[in-house]
Amino acid sequence: MEVELHNIYKTFGMVRANIGINLKVPAGSIQSILGENGAGKSTLMKVLSGFIQADSGEILLNHQPVIIQSPADAIRHGIGMLHQDPLDFPPMKVIDDFILGRSGSLFLPRKEAGKEFMALQQKFNFSIDPETYVDTMTVGERQQLEILRLLWLGAQVLILDEPTTGISALQKEKLFETLRLLASQGMTVIFVSHKLEDVENLCDRVAVLRRGELVGEVLSPYDTTQLVELMFGKILTLGERQSCNTEIPAFELKDLEIEDYRMKIEGVNLKLCKGEVIGLAGMEGSGQGILLRACCGLVRPVAGKVMVDGHNLSGKSYHDYMEKGVAFLPASRLEEGLVPGLTLAEHFILAESQQGIFINWKRVYAQTEQRISDFAIHGRPTSKVETLSGGNQQRAILALLRNPLSVLLLEHPTRGLDIESTIYIWDKLKERCRQGASIIFISPDLDEILQYSDHILVFFSGRVSPPLDANNTSVDHLGQLIGGKGWSDTFVA
Amino acid sequence: MAKERARWINLAFQLGAIVTALLFSTLIMLLAGAPPLQAFKEIILGAVGSTDNISNVLVAWVPLLLSTTGLLVTFTAGLWNIGIEGQITLGAIFCTWALRLNQQSILPPWIILVRSILMGMFGGALWAALVGALKTFGGVNEIFGGLGMNFIATAITLWLIFGPWKRPGIGSMSGTEPFPQTLWLPVFPNLRLSLWSVLLGILALIVIYLLLQGTYFGLRLKAVGNNLRAAFRLGIPTWQNTMTAFILCGSFAGLAGAIQVTGVYHRLIPSISSGYGFLGLMVAMLINYQAVWVAPVALFFAALNIGSIQLPIVLKLDSSLSGVLQGSLVLFVLIVDGIRQRVLGRKS
Repeated sequence: MEVELHNIYKTFGMVRANIGINLKVPAGSIQSILGENGAGKSTLMKVLSGFIQADSGEILLNHQPVIIQSPADAIRHGIGMLHQDPLDFPPMKVIDDFILGRSGSLFLPRKEAGKEFMALQQKFNFSIDPETYVDTMTVGERQQLEILRLLWLGAQVLILDEPTTGISALQKEKLFETLRLLASQGMTVIFVSHKLEDVENLCDRVAVLRRGELVGEVLSPYDTTQLVELMFGKILTLGERQSCNTEIPAFELKDLEIEDYRMKIEGVNLKLCKGEVIGLAGMEGSGQGILLRACCGLVRPVAGKVMVDGHNLSGKSYHDYMEKGVAFLPASRLEEGLVPGLTLAEHFILAESQQGIFINWKRVYAQTEQRISDFAIHGRPTSKVETLSGGNQQRAILALLRNPLSVLLLEHPTRGLDIESTIYIWDKLKERCRQGASIIFISPDLDEILQYSDHILVFFSGRVSPPLDANNTSVDHLGQLIGGKGWSDTFVA
Repeated sequence: MAKERARWINLAFQLGAIVTALLFSTLIMLLAGAPPLQAFKEIILGAVGSTDNISNVLVAWVPLLLSTTGLLVTFTAGLWNIGIEGQITLGAIFCTWALRLNQQSILPPWIILVRSILMGMFGGALWAALVGALKTFGGVNEIFGGLGMNFIATAITLWLIFGPWKRPGIGSMSGTEPFPQTLWLPVFPNLRLSLWSVLLGILALIVIYLLLQGTYFGLRLKAVGNNLRAAFRLGIPTWQNTMTAFILCGSFAGLAGAIQVTGVYHRLIPSISSGYGFLGLMVAMLINYQAVWVAPVALFFAALNIGSIQLPIVLKLDSSLSGVLQGSLVLFVLIVDGIRQRVLGRKS
C-alpha cells in the first residue's frame, strides 16, 4: 500500500513537533525515518498510526484520503505500529495476546486462532510457544509476536519505532530478514531509528527529520557523512572551558558494572576532578540514564566501586550519597524533582536541615523571597510548584541544592527550556564548578554537550567509551559515534 | 474581585451538594413510604431535644473525632487507612485486657485507668504498625492489609467474649462482665458523658492540627504523601514516615477504643468500634482533609447518628436512615466538587 503524508503540522504547547511534513512511501519499500531524539519522528508516526491527531494535514492511502482517529481506525485501514516498548500484555498467554484487538464474537476463537498463529509463524520461521506467558519472553520475541498479531489483523503498512533497541544481534538479523520478506510481498515498512548502521543495512530510502522539519530524502546507497550532517545540522562554536588543575579525584568509578532488563554495561572507569564537567552523549536509552543513577545509589551496581571524595559508597543508599555531597537532578521535574501540591517555601524548608520542631514561617518566607530573587524564579513563596513554568521549576530545583556540593548529577538539565533559561541554568552550574563541584550530565543535544563539557563519554547500546577530550571532537564526529559508527577508529584498544 | 467571585461560586456548589443530598434522602423516604418532614424533625429532636440527647451526641462525637483526627495523619501521608476499624477494636481489647489484669490490684483507680488507656493506644498502634509493615516490607497495599486486619480484629473480639473472657456461666453477645464503677471514666451526674473523654478528643485534634500545620514532621508527611519519589530525592526518609503515620493514627484509634471501654460500655462488646472508623473516613473525605473542619462536621455526623435512634420507635423507620443521609452527603459533595472542577476547568 502506498502511504502519502501531506503537510502534516503538529504542535504541543510551545513545541512544534512536525512542521509541514510531506512524505511519499511507495508500496513494497522499506522507508527509514531518521533523526535525533526530539526531531519529531515519533510524533509523525503516532499521527499515521492514530495515537494522536495532526493539527492539520492529510493522510492518503493508495491515493485515497483517510481520516485516522485511533489505533483501531489505523489497523482497519491496514496500518499497524510496533512500539519501542512492546505494547503487549505481559501477564497474559501468547495466544490470548494474539487474539486481543480482533473484534468478533463473545467467545474467543482460540482453536482457530491457534492454527492461524502457527501457520503465520512458520512463514517467518519464528518459534514462539502460543501457551507461554508474554512476560517470560525476550523483547525480541515479543516483537515477533507483535508483528504476527498486526499481520493477522490485516496490516499492510508496518511502522517500527526503534525496533533494534534491546534485542540481540541474532534477533536483529531475523527481524531484518522478516522485514525484507514482507517488503518483497508488497508490504510497506516504515523503520524509525537513529542507528545509522541499521538504516544503511536495511532501508531502501531515508527521510531525515530535524527539529520537526523534513530536511532531506536520500536513496540507497548512502554517504554516512551526508546523513550525519542532515541529522544534526551545523556545528556551533565551542564554549570556554576550565582546565582541570587538580589531580585529586572528587569522584571515581572503578570497573563499574550495571544491569537492567534491557542491557548490561560493563567496565566503566572514570575519574572526575574538582570543577570538571563530563557530558554523557548518546541516544536516549543507550545506558546513560542508569549509569547516572548508579553514580548516586539509585541503581545498585552489580560490581565495581563508586568513590566520592575518597569514600567508597558502593552499595550505599541515595541518602548516604547525599550526605557526602552528591546531588541528583532528574529529568522528570514534577515526578521525581519536586512535590506537586507543595509551595516553593515548603520545598525550601524540606531541603534545609531541621531547626527545632516547629517551623518558623516568618523566617522561612523571608529566606524564600531571597532565594526567589537570587535565582530569578517567577513565583511567590506561596506558589505551588506545579503552577510554575518548566524553566522556573528547573531554577527552583537548582535553588534547592545544598551547599557545598561535591558532585552534581544532572539528567537533561535544560530539557524543554528556552534559550534564556538554558543560559541562566548553565551560568549557575558553572558557578558551582568554580566553587569546586564536579558535574556529570546527560543531554540529547550534542551542541550542549560540546559547549559545556571538559570530557565526553559516548554511549551506544550499553557500550561506554573512554573519556573523549571535548576539544578534539565535533558534533559530526559525536553524531557518528552515538549512531554506533567509527568506534574502532576513535577508541583504539 | 475574581477571587471573591470564585469563593461565592464554590459556596454555591457546596450548598447545592447539601441540598441535593437532602432531596435524595427525601426521595428514599418517600419510596419507603415514610413522611420525610416528620423524619427530619425527629432526627433534629433526637439530637438536641434534651440534655440527655445532647450529651449522647457528645459521647458519639469523641470516638468519631479521634478516628477522623488520626485519619488526617494517614491521609496526609497519602495512605488509605481502612484498617482503622480494627485499630479501634484492638484499642478496646488491649484496654480491657489491662483493666482485667489490674482490677484486683490495690493501685488507685486513676492509675489503672491511665495505664489501661495507654495500653489501648498501644494496641491500636500495634495493629496499624502491622498494616504499615505489610505495606513497607511485604508490598501489600494498605487497603487490603487493613481490611484483612479488620476481620482478624473482629474474630479476636468474638473469641475473647465467648472464650477466655466470657461471663461467669455462659458467654453472650452482650459482652464481657462489666467492670466495677471505680474503673469507669468519671461522668457528669445522670449523664453518660465523661468530661475526660471530651477533653482527650479536643486535645488530640489540637495536637494533630499543630503537627500538620506547623512542624517539620507534618511537612515531611505531606511531601511523602504527595510525591514519594521526589520526597525521597529531597532526602526525606520515606518508609519511616509512612510507618510513623500509621502508628500515630493507630494510637488515636486505640484511644477511641479505650474510651469506648472505659467511658461508654465499661466492658468489651462484639462491635465495640461501632463503625466510627469508617464514619471517620467519610468525615475526612467530606472535609477534604482539612483539620479545621473536623470538629463541626464530626459533631454533625454524631448528631445524625444519635438523632435517628428514635426513628424505629416513633416512625417505624430503620435507624440506618442516618447512614443514608451521611453517605449521600459525602457522595454528593464529592460529585459536585468533581463537576465544579470540570466546569471551571473548561472555562479556563
